[in-house]
Amino acid sequence: MTPPSQRHRSRALLLGEMRESFLMAMNALTSHKLRSALTLLGVLIGVFSIIVVMTAMRVMQSYVENELSMLGANTFWVRKWPVVQFGGGGHDWMKYWRRQNVTYAHGRAVLEHAHLAAAVGIETTFWAGEARSRYGKSPPTVRLFGAIPGNFPARNWVVADGRGLLDTDVDSRRDVCVLGDGLAKSVFPLVSPVGQSVKIDGINYTVVGVLEPRGSFLGGDQDNFAVIPLTTGLGRYGRIWRSLDILVQARDQQSYDDTVEQVRGILRAARRVAPGKEDDFEIASNDSIISQFRAVTLAVRTGVFVVSSIALLAAGIGIMNIMLVSVTERTREIGIRRAVGAKKRNITTQFILEAIVLCEVGGVIGVVLGILGGNLAALYMELPAQIPLDWAGFGVLICSVVGIIFGSYPAIKAAHLDPIESLRYE
Amino acid sequence: MSLIRFTDITRCYQMGTETVHALHGVSLAIERGEYVAIMGPSGSGKSTLMNLIGCLDTPTTGQYELNGANVSEMDDNQLAEIRNREIGFVFQTFNLLPRATALRNVELPLIYAGWETGERRGAAAEALAKVGLAARVHHRPNEMSGGERQRVAIARALVTRPSIILADEPTGNLDSKTGEEIMALFDALYQQGNTLVIVTHEEDIARHARRILRIRDGLIASDEKRAEYRAARVEGQPPPALDPRPATLDPCAS
Ligand SMILES: Nc1ncnc2c1ncn2[C@@H]1O[C@H](COP(=O)(O)OP(=O)(O)O)[C@@H](O)[C@H]1O
Ligand SMILES: [Mg+2]
Repeated sequence: MTPPSQRHRSRALLLGEMRESFLMAMNALTSHKLRSALTLLGVLIGVFSIIVVMTAMRVMQSYVENELSMLGANTFWVRKWPVVQFGGGGHDWMKYWRRQNVTYAHGRAVLEHAHLAAAVGIETTFWAGEARSRYGKSPPTVRLFGAIPGNFPARNWVVADGRGLLDTDVDSRRDVCVLGDGLAKSVFPLVSPVGQSVKIDGINYTVVGVLEPRGSFLGGDQDNFAVIPLTTGLGRYGRIWRSLDILVQARDQQSYDDTVEQVRGILRAARRVAPGKEDDFEIASNDSIISQFRAVTLAVRTGVFVVSSIALLAAGIGIMNIMLVSVTERTREIGIRRAVGAKKRNITTQFILEAIVLCEVGGVIGVVLGILGGNLAALYMELPAQIPLDWAGFGVLICSVVGIIFGSYPAIKAAHLDPIESLRYE
Repeated sequence: MSLIRFTDITRCYQMGTETVHALHGVSLAIERGEYVAIMGPSGSGKSTLMNLIGCLDTPTTGQYELNGANVSEMDDNQLAEIRNREIGFVFQTFNLLPRATALRNVELPLIYAGWETGERRGAAAEALAKVGLAARVHHRPNEMSGGERQRVAIARALVTRPSIILADEPTGNLDSKTGEEIMALFDALYQQGNTLVIVTHEEDIARHARRILRIRDGLIASDEKRAEYRAARVEGQPPPALDPRPATLDPCAS
């Protein structure tokens, strides 16, 4: 066993070496700014690409999962486009694009014939922007939905004040609206909104009801919307190029699959899909959307892994070149260190530590920029920022690995220089 | 037991097909507390001998004992440890780390000796004070004169309290006045009991030493010991000057 004084000594040696290497690395970095910057850039890009995508994915994932959790129980969607598109390329896209739109008539067919369903909603987003009243105005992010009474149960919309949409609102295309809690508070900060008038996209709508708050999702505003009768919106914003979403709520878990089949049959008939041909619409449940989304994120992650691996490999080779130049430039320094008692392994350690420091400077900048960049998505969607600590840790770790792998060859080369020759080197 | 014992040391360099014999078979002994000058014309093998004494190089044949340890059999790591513990080098071209302060340069051997930061700083500062650079601790080499740089190098050689200090042409890059100042410093170190070996081709410099080894073509040509000065030193008296020196060179003489 090593006596304590010996162990003490070697710990002091390691600490001394680390500090020494760190100082020398910082010195080398600052005295060759351009060269260092170019090297750092490689590592920075490699790590940035990992972190920015992983952060963005976290944001998206929290968004999708939250959005879906807002749906009522046992609810599924029918639409022309898949909710999340997964790979497939142009061919698939063409397939979806050629499909006929989901029209109001198709929605009505489901509404009238799907007896197994507890509720059927038909909806679309018409517009987004600013809403105002005599009393106040909203942020410019209000979404204007068109819906029918069936959307209320299917979407878990609970009326807090006034009433929801009625069949007569839809049938007569009335200019009425139901406000989300957030929007109601911003345009009517002091008065009760019901019975008041609100101007959205230049049109005055009479407020007939206000929904209960859905809770702000981790700080994001979920209640900043207005609902108008679908028919009112279709008349105003046009129906020709528009494909609607149908929301169907089954009575319970047991009848869910049968409900899906019934709706599928009704739509195939309504859309005249020949027997034996595949559906020309998508049916998506919460679970299927989440798993589709997971598949997409997996694909993106794989892509990022490949891209960043290549970037890091290139960066590593850059690092190796810089280190080789640095070893040549510092031949005399190596000779001096050897003369005063550095062993080969002390020199190896020093240069590897330098490579690690070099990589980490780039890596840490990459991680920080990546987290900031990835959260632009959060900013855009008004979602709370995500800090993927696991990926940040991974980014820092991978930098050290790159430093060790690509710093080793120059470091070993430095250690094997002849001390006498090195001391004479000009 | 001699501090250094060379027995029939040779050192050959292979230059392509030709073999250069830098040292032809050198035997010598250096005792603790000696002040030795190695003289000889350029290319005679002085530096080769110095590198062998300093364990930077190993002999082609022959045996080298330092403090009773057989250096000629040691591996690279053991040689590094010996250099760290037993040897202090001073070079003609100073060989300081250009971007490090005087203090960090002097600390360097102690880093490899595994000293704690605090102790290291203390010892380095003390060594710098000893060579008269207490006020230059945080200066970098390019902010110092040649003489000051060489003093930093001497402080670095001293800081581990080595068995022997080796200086290869320490005044070669200095003007003669600064050279004399450096030699006065070596004299003082000798007075304090350090063992010194100085390579030079200048008689004026060699005159400071108490023993002069002359080598020619890789062989020891002569070895003058000056016992009277050793005796004088042992009795604790200042050594008398060997030759009358110009007063200008020694500010303390008058
Ligand atoms: N690395 C080497 N390779 C080949 N020859 C060398 C090498 N080092 C020294 N020599 C040769 O050995 C001889 C002695 O050199 P050196 O010890 O440097 O002489 P000095 O220091 O006395 O001027 C010279 O002839 C020189 O050319
Ligand atoms: Mg020489």
